[in-house]
Amino acid sequence: MRLEPIASPSPARRIVPPALAMAATFLVAALLALIAGGNPFAVFGLILNGAFGSKFALLETLNSATPLIFTGLAIAVAFRAKLWNIGAEAQLYAGAVLTVILGTGALGLPSYLMLPLCALAAMLAGALLLLGPALLKTRLGVDEVVTTLLFNFIFLLFVSYLLEGPLKDPMGMGWPKSARLTSEARLPRIVDGLRLHWGFALALAAALLVWVINTRTTLGYEMRAVGQNAEAAGFAGIPVTRVILKTALLSGGLAGLAGFSEVSGLKGALTLDLSPGFGYTGIVVAMLALLHPLGVVVAALFVAAIFVGADSMSRAVGVPSYIADIMLASALLFMVLAILLTKFRVRRD
Amino acid sequence: MSTENEAQVVLRLQGITKRFGPVTANEEVSFDLHRGEVIALLGENGAGKTTLMNILFGQYTADAGSVELFGQPLPPGAPRAALDAGVGMVHQHFTLADNLSVWENIVLGVDHLSGLSLKPRQVKSRIRALSQQFHLKVDPEAKVGRLTVGERQRVEILKALYRDAKILILDEPTAVLTPQEAEALFATLREAISTGLSVIFISHKLHEVMAISHRVVVLRHGRLVAERATDDSSREELAALMVGAEVTAPSIETAPPGAPLLALSQVCTPDHGAAPGLKSLNLTLAAGQITGLAGVSGNGQAALSDLLSGLISPTRGEMQLAGEPVKSWSPRNAIAKGIARIPEDRHKTGTIADFDLTENAILETYASRFSRRGWMNWAAARAFTKDLIKTYDVRCPGPDIRIRLLSGGNMQKLILGRVLEEAPQIILANQPVRGLDIGAVNYVHGELAKARDRGAAVLLISEDLDEIMQLSDVIHVISEGRLSPSFARGSMRPEELGAWMAGHGFDAEAPDAA
Amino acid sequence: MDLFDILLSASFWAAAIRIASPLIFATLGELICERAGVLNLGIEGIMVAGAFAGWIAVWAGLPLWGGVAVAMLTGMMLGLVHSILSVPFGLSQHVVGIGLTLLATSLTFYTYRVVLPEVSSPPKITAFQPYEIPLLSDLPLVGPALFSQTPLTYAGFILAALTALVLYRTPLGLAVRAAGENPSAVAAQGLSVTAIRMGAVIVGSGFMSVGGAFLTLSAFDSFFFDMVNGRGWICIALVVFGAWKPGKAVMGAILFAAFDALQIRLQQTGIGAVVPYQVFLMLPYFLSILALVVMSRRAEIPAALMVPFNKGER
Repeated sequence: MRLEPIASPSPARRIVPPALAMAATFLVAALLALIAGGNPFAVFGLILNGAFGSKFALLETLNSATPLIFTGLAIAVAFRAKLWNIGAEAQLYAGAVLTVILGTGALGLPSYLMLPLCALAAMLAGALLLLGPALLKTRLGVDEVVTTLLFNFIFLLFVSYLLEGPLKDPMGMGWPKSARLTSEARLPRIVDGLRLHWGFALALAAALLVWVINTRTTLGYEMRAVGQNAEAAGFAGIPVTRVILKTALLSGGLAGLAGFSEVSGLKGALTLDLSPGFGYTGIVVAMLALLHPLGVVVAALFVAAIFVGADSMSRAVGVPSYIADIMLASALLFMVLAILLTKFRVRRD
Repeated sequence: MSTENEAQVVLRLQGITKRFGPVTANEEVSFDLHRGEVIALLGENGAGKTTLMNILFGQYTADAGSVELFGQPLPPGAPRAALDAGVGMVHQHFTLADNLSVWENIVLGVDHLSGLSLKPRQVKSRIRALSQQFHLKVDPEAKVGRLTVGERQRVEILKALYRDAKILILDEPTAVLTPQEAEALFATLREAISTGLSVIFISHKLHEVMAISHRVVVLRHGRLVAERATDDSSREELAALMVGAEVTAPSIETAPPGAPLLALSQVCTPDHGAAPGLKSLNLTLAAGQITGLAGVSGNGQAALSDLLSGLISPTRGEMQLAGEPVKSWSPRNAIAKGIARIPEDRHKTGTIADFDLTENAILETYASRFSRRGWMNWAAARAFTKDLIKTYDVRCPGPDIRIRLLSGGNMQKLILGRVLEEAPQIILANQPVRGLDIGAVNYVHGELAKARDRGAAVLLISEDLDEIMQLSDVIHVISEGRLSPSFARGSMRPEELGAWMAGHGFDAEAPDAA
Repeated sequence: MDLFDILLSASFWAAAIRIASPLIFATLGELICERAGVLNLGIEGIMVAGAFAGWIAVWAGLPLWGGVAVAMLTGMMLGLVHSILSVPFGLSQHVVGIGLTLLATSLTFYTYRVVLPEVSSPPKITAFQPYEIPLLSDLPLVGPALFSQTPLTYAGFILAALTALVLYRTPLGLAVRAAGENPSAVAAQGLSVTAIRMGAVIVGSGFMSVGGAFLTLSAFDSFFFDMVNGRGWICIALVVFGAWKPGKAVMGAILFAAFDALQIRLQQTGIGAVVPYQVFLMLPYFLSILALVVMSRRAEIPAALMVPFNKGER
């Protein structure tokens, strides 16, 4: 079997494989629903309903999409430069930790100062956390996939220590939890009475910013060049190491913002289960979006819808909610194959 | 040269046709190979020689036509079948695993994968016997990663002989050899023929074709355009047949040297694995001259090229540009100081395959010319690229297509254009015409000569001694990181340069210890 | 008990070998994949799937070795998925591996919930019992440590020896080593790079899933969701630490397991009263990162690792 590049793919060739990929994903899900004793159509209907069927559901979906937009952006930025940041989970928690340190009463700042301060601190924390593995990569050639992955475990243990110790809620019942953020440190709701908070708007703004960086700035150009062919980029004079480090700072910072947004906008305090894997799901989001920042928004909404919908469906029908994770992992694998087939022809040889 | 058993046809290619999408690589190619015969397969880059041999060897399946080996049809697309039938191929880019020893590389794939033992002792002793018989000196236990280019080629040939090859195909075998090593190769081939082997020899080097072959088969644009008995032909006729027209290479007149634009004195750089660093190297590049660097690949060309490109700095010694010592060095600084670099590998180092032509054209100048305070000026970049495409005759649909879709020649023209537009003082041309068809070759050579006439200093690094001798005003030979004294144009014969390439003459020049 | 006592106790070394066993299987599996040129980041998910598959098969009535076989087959099927995407299609091995880990893990949890919907705690099975090798198990220190392990541990060591043998002394092993270094060399000798790489990934994944099954069938006797807990990623570091050689990789696994066993015991000592337990739990992961840094010279990395082979690409 041989792969032959296609000079100019026809519109059909650009659309059919990804469409087939999504169809295959739904087929897999339908099969699994059947195995669990559910009716696939009912299951899909309930998922859709659970995601968009009511105002509450819709807002829930948008809220769930918010951290995914941040981590999706974080990973899209990193992967574009071939920096395999699998540590967004830890970077998210780092941002959450800084938010809690600053926002639970240590500083008496009004909210228009407190919120930007927490956000910046969160970004800095996330950025610094990724800087370590990035430096190991540039200085010593250590593969960042494993180092960032292992760091997730390390940092989560560190958070566990913090929550049982220095950051423990003095008024808590022994459950590992931080003190609550003051009202100045809370991101307000977008509309009073609804759960949707300003973190969502911040996420959309971040997506726009990343898009502008990618297409209009020299940094965006450099990141793409380094990601596609670091050797040629270096030969042409692009400062490869500096670009990788800048990418790491940007990527880690975005993931740190996810932590800030979740703690300040949604939860109000830090617990160990703040993130049910946003850092990893961000990978799926980024890949489904083809690493495009605006695509990340769409993909994050799609992924959030599936999770929220599946949760609701599972409570109603009893098909395990893990079907959502399976759908997303399948979608990832099918999509990656489909994208290849939009650019290459398969030839027997 | 006489051939024996002339009637015995060992290989018959009949109507071989192969297309890759819109490109026809081979069209209705037919010829016979006889026992004990050496056929030279001649043609310029892109004529379809390697594709044809890959079909014979089973790496590709022909769209039409047949292959008969010793009277039996060869099942297509099965390298195993070709190997078992007695075809052995020595590839242009060696197919060896560096982490394995010589004997392991040779026995790879010979035994069935379900076999229980590699039988190292038997393998090694058979290798030694073949080594002796065919004058291919090599140590079976050596790690291939540590071998020189000439030794690696011997391993490649032994791979074929070990498998009882009856037909030996060699793809541009002398491209990486000194003239003396090439002679040794021919001695091996003569020995092989005397034992009944037949040889197909792909080349574009006419003097070798004349020296070793019985017959010549000429391919042009995928078609077989001529077959000649070597004794009945001449270099001029073959050259014309290869190109389809009278060939005139641009005539270069020697120019007197101008001011020294680059001076390296006693420069040392560290070794990099098997590739030697520079050893107390002294080199001056004068304005208005082409300085040719001859040498077998792997003798320090990469170190010198990396140095001038800005990728490495000297650990000892001094580098001066236009009389000023160089303080901090990087690719950006090199470009800023007026050094134009044409890298050895346009796919790996020169371009970014999935970037479009515009993004590739501004790869070196985006920061200095096409952006302001961090914001890119894509309109100016696109306009610049359009001009480049026109001026340097880059055949393409437009500046927005991915560069991987361009042919090698057009890619090289874009690379050439983007650096020449900056009016460089010094041009580093590293294997600038490797893999290009003759039209592109002449174009590139013409541009280099023009740049020289405008007063630039050109350093031409090439494995092709003919190219060096044709273009250079001044020639150096590099061997193991050491530089020979300079030789004026026309003052040295190829064999003399070959002796320097093999390392002779350097000992008399032993550099001072510190 | 102080440090010295711990290091001299047989029970410590027995624990170390037991902790090392799943790592040995999985590290060997990853080593085979990488030697052939494929990075298999599905290892974590494959271990989870193997742990579950082996356990559920035994719970459903199969004998223990039947469970091991089921686990191995599960891993091989997952390896097939990985190899189809990463070898003939040449998709990014990072993405395929992570996608596979997500897929295998979520499929496992889904299947668990479907098969055992109402359980509050997962059912136990009768795991492998230690088998004391006659005579050898009576040796001081070494006896209880090495020769009173479960049959699955013994199988792991035998597998390590077999892997080294095949890799270095057979035509198949030679082909695998060449495929990870220069696939063109393999193709030029008439072999199929695709078949060799896919085979390596499938076999390697089978080893990985047996490593996962060790957790449910030998180390513990039940399955819980956080069981694998990053062991797969640690094995990737161990392959690098072992310079892609089976013998060294096994040594690395044992060394690592010894540190792990040590940190558990140190928690009980005086140090444990002062240092938070999380620090001890962090140590294995820090060690793995250290292992990667130390081995970063990486002269022995298979040159064609993560480079897809596209036949005839000019």
